[in-house]
Amino acid sequence: MGNYLASIPEKAQELGIIINNILFEGFYLRKKLGLIVNPIAGMGGRVGLKGTDGIETLKKAIKLGAKPWAEDRAREALKQLTRLKEKIELITYPKQMGENVAVSCSFNPTVIGELSGEMTTAEDTKRAAREMLDLGVDLLLFAGGDGTARDIYDAIDLKMVVLGIPAGVKIYSAVFAANPTRAGELAALYLEGRIKDVIEAEVLDIDEDKFREDQLSIKLYGYLKIPVERGYIPGGKSPTPVSEKYNQEEIAADIIDEMSDDYYYIIGPGTTTKTIMKMLNLDHSLLGVDIIYKRKLIGKDLNEKQILEIIKGKKAKIIVTPIGGQGYVFGRGNQQISPKVIREVGKDNIIIVATRRKLQTLRGRPLLVDTGDKELDKHLSGYYKVITGYRERTIYKVST
Amino acid sequence: MMKGGKIKLRDFHEAKWDEPIIFELNRKGERGILVPEVEKEIEEEVGDGISVLPEHMIRKKPPALPEIAQVRVLRHYLRLSQETLGATINIDIGQGTCTMKYNPVINEVFARSPKVTELHPYQDQETVQGALEIMCKLDLFLRELSGFSRFTFQPGGGSHAIFTIMSIIYAYHKHRGEEEKRNEIITTLLSHPSNAAAPAVKGFKVINLYPNEYGLPDIEALEEAVSEHTAGFIVTNPEDTGIFNPRIKEFTKIVHDVGGICAYDQANANGIIGIIRAVDCGFDLGFFNLHKTFGSPHGCGGPAVGAVGVTEKLVDFLPVPLVDYDGKKYYLNYDVPHTIGKVREFYGVFPVVLRAYAWIRSLGAEGIKEVARVAVLNNNYVMKKILSEIKGASVSFPKTKHRIEQIRYSFEQLKKETGVSSEDVIRRMADFGFHLWTSHHPWIIPEPFTIEPTESYSKDDLDEYLTTLKRVVEEAYEDPEKVKNAPYNCPIHKIYHEPLEDPKKWAITWRAYLKKRKNWE
Repeated sequence: MGNYLASIPEKAQELGIIINNILFEGFYLRKKLGLIVNPIAGMGGRVGLKGTDGIETLKKAIKLGAKPWAEDRAREALKQLTRLKEKIELITYPKQMGENVAVSCSFNPTVIGELSGEMTTAEDTKRAAREMLDLGVDLLLFAGGDGTARDIYDAIDLKMVVLGIPAGVKIYSAVFAANPTRAGELAALYLEGRIKDVIEAEVLDIDEDKFREDQLSIKLYGYLKIPVERGYIPGGKSPTPVSEKYNQEEIAADIIDEMSDDYYYIIGPGTTTKTIMKMLNLDHSLLGVDIIYKRKLIGKDLNEKQILEIIKGKKAKIIVTPIGGQGYVFGRGNQQISPKVIREVGKDNIIIVATRRKLQTLRGRPLLVDTGDKELDKHLSGYYKVITGYRERTIYKVST
Repeated sequence: MMKGGKIKLRDFHEAKWDEPIIFELNRKGERGILVPEVEKEIEEEVGDGISVLPEHMIRKKPPALPEIAQVRVLRHYLRLSQETLGATINIDIGQGTCTMKYNPVINEVFARSPKVTELHPYQDQETVQGALEIMCKLDLFLRELSGFSRFTFQPGGGSHAIFTIMSIIYAYHKHRGEEEKRNEIITTLLSHPSNAAAPAVKGFKVINLYPNEYGLPDIEALEEAVSEHTAGFIVTNPEDTGIFNPRIKEFTKIVHDVGGICAYDQANANGIIGIIRAVDCGFDLGFFNLHKTFGSPHGCGGPAVGAVGVTEKLVDFLPVPLVDYDGKKYYLNYDVPHTIGKVREFYGVFPVVLRAYAWIRSLGAEGIKEVARVAVLNNNYVMKKILSEIKGASVSFPKTKHRIEQIRYSFEQLKKETGVSSEDVIRRMADFGFHLWTSHHPWIIPEPFTIEPTESYSKDDLDEYLTTLKRVVEEAYEDPEKVKNAPYNCPIHKIYHEPLEDPKKWAITWRAYLKKRKNWE
């Protein structure tokens, strides 16, 4: 009986009757889970190399005795999905890019594509992601670090729901679950349809060359769609939950209500801040810094110099939102808003906005600043009235 | 259960009747009561009682109520009651934050007396002197317990009381010509959600304070929050974590220094009643829930009263009427100069007021203190047992040692080690006839569960609950799937949350269900 039911989707697809997960006679089609393991992710960290981007670094890492561990991390996640193994189709890439892990967790995976060589590259990751997108994968689990997330983003943008299994040296991006087990659990809940909420989470990109020289330069590279579980179970006193998008709109409505025509508004990157631009029907750059004045766009995707030119001698406010999983309000993905810009505007004119979910995911840790100017970071520390909803503020600590 | 000096897990199974909604039991023409036609002699004397009704008050169509015989109504509700894991049938300490305790049945006898049930709110005051006396005297008791100067029993629940408080704060500032400027209410994230929701509905901006590593708001955060825009501060203390803020007087002073009003949410006063007084902590007003703490079931289980008390400077803003005594008789006093008006018809849910009065009278001053002491003792006993005997469980905000009447715990470690979540444990507990509920707003503590033992439960009761919890956790380590797939002994297995979060799908009335169902098809 079980086999027969499982075979319905394929038969239906062969007949061309049903396409992707449409309800068929009371049964859902088997969901497709993609799995990509970046086998070299995380190898640099254990030998003190701060990443494995670039073939030379990888060779150096191996020479220093680095061992692959991304497969172990992926296995931890996949173990959480074994109970669904009859109900989902696992699609993966050969050998160390997923097949090995899948087989070791007793899955019978559909293996696609081929590896470019023994040592896998970013191109392999991108190609695999693209192929999975073409196959209509419902959720793509990938094991790696920020570099892997960046490759996935390059390949698929927002076209597919993904979730990162943290296995890299650098995990600044917000697309990763807290740990591999959590990644597996979230994936299971999503595939079972028990959670349906999807948000756009930041992919942060570090310049690894500078990082190895102990210079931290991070930019917001883009967004990937990830599933999220609301910290919520219906009960007598639980408030009606609102979606992330609605929460962003609430925040934007509050900002717009309070906007003064006397100020230039420097709008930092991020989906929360850019909702303000959307609600004002203004063109904007999602990943860059824009300036508005009297509700009109003055400059888009500006660099530090351009910002300083525009605001010189004027009254200005900065609107920023925490970027990435660790809650940086300055110094991650918004370096255009430099120490000079911040000093020009003044601490009192900094407006921090954050969705309630974003603050809750910090689990009580403070928001952070890392402008590269230690004096300024110290000056910026303290309590802020973070705008978390329409006519709603949350006092939250900012620290260095 | 305790058997031969040992605790034995219950071989429980919940009833399943597969009972339809009462509207689905409708059978056209079936009657529960046949109202006799008026007799001729009576009609001649006083009329038929119907023709005197004005035309505009008579329904054009009869109401769409189910037509059903008495015996089937009785059977229907008895079946539903068997499918309910009610507070009086299980050891209900797992419904933390709700103060589930024994509500003496003798008080129910008073409340159901025809002397109470036959009272009409429009009766002449002369004929309800006894009821007014009870209201007046309960007011005096609550003044003593809080230090406040006057109480109103008009609000019909805790959230309604908070809304009343917000209306009083607004009226106070308006009276001083500051209502435009003072438009912010400060509260804490771990206070009851209505502490933020009610001011928002009243039109205030809301400022939340996050808890620090001790589970308490920082003084510095409050200092950042206050300004000339501060209208007031409302807080629950202890919050649902069971942690009491010992610096509360400093908090209220900071708010007073900028001209704000301080309100105390004492919906759950069970651990502090008779021990501390609101005015001594610097509060200007506050409320008790007469349900929960004072002998009526939690508001979700029946009618409620949020008794709002104020200090002298706010008495003139209270809702009308107040119940007063002129030395000879009790009367309804509408002479309140700056009253916010009525927040509800009449003067309060009298049976709840009566039960609170009886509850206080039966305990006396020392008995009330004993309630708090035993509730705190029970809570700290349960905490010690959970932390020492239940693997994978921890207490939230571990840096604070002492707790008052309840605790929000965490199964984070259990989840990490077994994959079993607190939600899974909750469902498995139901297999043994225990309720462990799921509301842990604002969900900043991972894998939460909240236990509030109150004073009503004996050591045997607490041990039985804990033994069962321990067993479920052992199962989680031995056979996680067993717990994840629970319950097995309950007719409803798992409920998916999704439709409950979709306003297009949820329906709280039959009419709404019929209307929305059309869109599902």
